[in-house]
Amino acid sequence: MAARRDDLGDDAAAGGGTLACLSGDLDAGYADFVRVHADAVYCAALRLSGSRADADDIAQETFVRAYRALQGYGPDRVRALEARPWLLTITLNLWRNRLRSAARRPRTTAPGRPLDVADPEPGPEERAATAEASRTLVRLLGALPEHHRVPVVLHHVVGLTYPEVASVLGCPVGTAKANVARGLERLRELGARRPDKEEP
Amino acid sequence: MTDRTPKRTGARTSTGPASPPRVSGVGGGRTPTGPVALRRLRTGAPSGFVPAVLDRVGLHPGDGFVLVHGPAGDLFVAFTDEGISAVVPAAVVGGDGERFARHHHRTTGRTARPAARPPAGLAGALRSGRARNLRYDLSGLTPFERAVLTTTLEIPPGEVRPYGWVARQIGRPRAVRAVGSALGRNPVPVLIPCHRVVRTDGHIGQYGLGVPLKRALLSAEGVDLERLERLAAGGVRFVGSDSTGVFCVPSCPHARRIGAGHEVRFRTADAAEVAGYRPCSHCIPVPVRSAS
Repeated sequence: MAARRDDLGDDAAAGGGTLACLSGDLDAGYADFVRVHADAVYCAALRLSGSRADADDIAQETFVRAYRALQGYGPDRVRALEARPWLLTITLNLWRNRLRSAARRPRTTAPGRPLDVADPEPGPEERAATAEASRTLVRLLGALPEHHRVPVVLHHVVGLTYPEVASVLGCPVGTAKANVARGLERLRELGARRPDKEEP
Repeated sequence: MTDRTPKRTGARTSTGPASPPRVSGVGGGRTPTGPVALRRLRTGAPSGFVPAVLDRVGLHPGDGFVLVHGPAGDLFVAFTDEGISAVVPAAVVGGDGERFARHHHRTTGRTARPAARPPAGLAGALRSGRARNLRYDLSGLTPFERAVLTTTLEIPPGEVRPYGWVARQIGRPRAVRAVGSALGRNPVPVLIPCHRVVRTDGHIGQYGLGVPLKRALLSAEGVDLERLERLAAGGVRFVGSDSTGVFCVPSCPHARRIGAGHEVRFRTADAAEVAGYRPCSHCIPVPVRSAS
């Protein structure tokens, strides 16, 4: 029987997801902090940017910036932070900066370019239809304008709550909800549109 | 923010500032665009992501560790983001985490802190004795040592193989002693079952953590030590079945099924082959013969 003993992990590791554990000793708690939030940050970076290489850069840079910022924060400020929205705000800014510099150097990723990244593991045959649908959905997401894509990705793909989305977007919760809903509606329209028809 | 320069983005089909570029290759019926479909796009960070980040900020994360019940006593199991890096019986360091952390630092140079969760699959592997699908971090070892340990992982629970068998399987048939010392340095005993490797004459042999623990581990997984030692004492290294014409190492499950009246004992593989027996394909008692 390999029952595990939680009593060992109490203070050091449990609660690694909160910033409270970083307020004491940043270096001791940061590894767990990265582990807890890596998936959300990477997923957001991937679905916003549409490229694995960009996602890796953006997500890594998010945690590097976060670490440097936390080094300068006092314990009270650290405790007051909401980890997920705070991190994703950094992610979003890094992605936007990248879009802007890409716009100045046209040879790289153009903003709004259809995304070329599908599901990471194509999966066995029975899931092929799902994988194909996911690939298509990724392309549709890439076709969404940024003000629709961001709330949809944050809420429906990454899984942020409405208050968290609002915090990232810097708007009231009601506005965040409305933006998510409008984005979803726009996505539905794109999905329903015949591929051979020109846009109006 | 949403106003992008329409002159440049997808210039050919641009129809206005807010219009998204043409989506090609989309269609063939309705694409699900609802919350369920979007949820499926959730992905995790790739492996190696966390170490890369920590490296960039100049942090060395150290290993996490848990204390778990093993098949023959409690075990400290340490792991990195790449996989399991160390196993130490609690009896060796004396049950408490502080002492394990000191021991771990002394032997690996890395710090260790209690982890909230054990690595995925650990509990099941300890229950079944099959630990070959766990992830291991053997980064501090030589390629030879890694090859020895990877091959040892293939030995099923309840069975044993001689050192020479491991040497042969990694393509270094003469490196029997080197295999022995590589196994002696196994950083993840119990999980990588170096206790299932025994002397070529069939005796149980040495164990880095003490012969009593080796015997306890083997007994716990159902190895009949008395039988193996009786056979070894009589110079028997292989047993065959006169009804199937197959010969095995004594701990092979096929050998254990041989009926009392049908067991034939051999001192050497040559003797078995001269007698017309062929090697078992499960326990591979001799090298697979090439055409010659």
